[in-house]
Amino acid sequence: MSKDILVIGGGIAGMQSSLDLADMGIKVHLVEKLPSIGGKMAQLDKTFPTNDCAI
Amino acid sequence: MPDKKEDIRIGVFLCHCGSNIAGYLDMEELEEFSRKLPHVTFVLRNLYTCSEGGINEIKKAIEEQNLNRVVVASCTPRTHEPLFRSSCGEAGLNPYLFEMVNIRDQCSWVHMKEQEAGTTKAKDLIRMGVAKAALLEPQEPIMSEVQRRALVLGGGIAGMTASLALANRGYEVVLIEKEESLGGMLNNLNKLSPTMTDAGALADEKIKAVTGHVNITVFTKAKVTEVRGFIGKYNVDIETESGVTTIDIGVIVVSTGGRAFVPEGLYGYDGKRVVTQLEMEKLLKDGLDTDIKNVVMIQCVGSRNEERPYCSRICCQTAVKNAMLIREQNPDSKVSILYRDMQMYGVENEEMFRDSKAKGVRYINYDPANPPQVEFDKVRVYHPLFGRDMDLPVDLVVLSTPVVSQEGAEEISQLLRVPIDENGFFLEGHVKLKPLDFATDGIFLCGSARFPANIRETVAQGLGAASRASIPLAKGSIVVEPIISVLADEDACRGCGLCVALCPYGALEVRTTEKGRKVHVIDVACKGCGVCAATCYQHALSINSFTDNQIEAQLEAFLD
Repeated sequence: MSKDILVIGGGIAGMQSSLDLADMGIKVHLVEKLPSIGGKMAQLDKTFPTNDCAI
Repeated sequence: MPDKKEDIRIGVFLCHCGSNIAGYLDMEELEEFSRKLPHVTFVLRNLYTCSEGGINEIKKAIEEQNLNRVVVASCTPRTHEPLFRSSCGEAGLNPYLFEMVNIRDQCSWVHMKEQEAGTTKAKDLIRMGVAKAALLEPQEPIMSEVQRRALVLGGGIAGMTASLALANRGYEVVLIEKEESLGGMLNNLNKLSPTMTDAGALADEKIKAVTGHVNITVFTKAKVTEVRGFIGKYNVDIETESGVTTIDIGVIVVSTGGRAFVPEGLYGYDGKRVVTQLEMEKLLKDGLDTDIKNVVMIQCVGSRNEERPYCSRICCQTAVKNAMLIREQNPDSKVSILYRDMQMYGVENEEMFRDSKAKGVRYINYDPANPPQVEFDKVRVYHPLFGRDMDLPVDLVVLSTPVVSQEGAEEISQLLRVPIDENGFFLEGHVKLKPLDFATDGIFLCGSARFPANIRETVAQGLGAASRASIPLAKGSIVVEPIISVLADEDACRGCGLCVALCPYGALEVRTTEKGRKVHVIDVACKGCGVCAATCYQHALSINSFTDNQIEAQLEAFLD
């Protein structure tokens, strides 16, 4: 079985899944329809409740 | 090192953080100021230093400007120091020749209305950061092996789910349960919304899978009495009726769950005619007495008040579910839910809420300042639409009480040295960045130990925690930050052991060497908190990247 994983969608969910999988040593292919990853998260300013900068 | 100082080339990167910093501080002035600081050979302002563009600028400057120290003045090291460090590393600079200056959380955000004073403070902070950066020394990360075995604390649905997920990946799991049998809260529940799955059947299925799994060892009527070590190399004492077992562990998952608040002294609670929602589950499981025709449920009993200010989240959906099940078992019964606000998040919950109204469950809003009165055979409640008190006849009153923190949570928090919040729930490392990790590496959390969660959320979190815990297990080794304590002056150490007694992480021990009794730092266990170095009256211990001369340089720069 091929051990590569395809993640569809490069928002916060897809990015976190990809990072965790890659940290486990698995090769990940992350596909995003837009020119850059980040999704909604990249459009937010401060996020509740810690007021961290979303980007 | 006066001769070395000549070669120091510091690059300062000033982040606007959109308008978070630039909106309140004078960035141009900061740029001019930074250019004049000693050893600074390059200054650049970015809209977002942490963006791909900003990071590339740092890398480019390290190469083109031949920088050997990097200072970023921006948000907070809590979220962004690792990123900037690794970016320096990618450009070929030792990651520990990086210094971060916090000019957002501790400056622009607190001085939003005083641009001049805020800018002056930012200058002080940058000057201090640059002074320290000039004295930074390269550090090498520390490698350590990971024992490929997980300890799961708590055999409820969260712990069983996490155990199975880890065991199915091929890792050994040791599952500890304090009760005689696995299953936890699931054993007390009837049907689970929204699919109305039988809780007992789900418990049986999971227990069978866990106890039958070749990779899982279950200890019941057990508790952890001692935890030594650190990520990858924990050594844990487990006490059962047959004695104490000591096991080597790599990672730990905390899934100790919560318990239902018992409303002693509230609304005439007696466990018979006035019961909790948890006791209602049992009544429904056993089959409801056909004499029960009039039921009143009261929401937020013992929650969202001064003592317990939080919303337990899952009691509303439990009440609606049970109201419908009561109507199903006794079709001619009347059920009223007295509520403050209905918390019916998500598609299925909202649908169930609507469905319940269509099926005749009545909802009456009450004001916490004028709560319902429970009398022997009736509940009196002020009806806001009728504008008067109403008497509802009752055969059974059901109180929706919150999930509260588990008994012994404090003890576990001390054993593992992980925090609990003001309500006794375990506190995650970061609400968004590390929701299932503790701040301490190698320890994870899931389910109602963290915050009240329904079964579906608990299962999701159990799988998530197992996934996070798999990362160090899969790697088989970990890299530890080298910002730790070192015995910088061995001759000065007298082996008094004061630091050993004060170290919160068990990272120090006194060893007998050729030179006599000397302290030894267990580098992987050290968190670099600095207690030992601050305590040592001989100044024998020092913290990497926080040495006496670096801190002195910062203080001198502050006073300049």
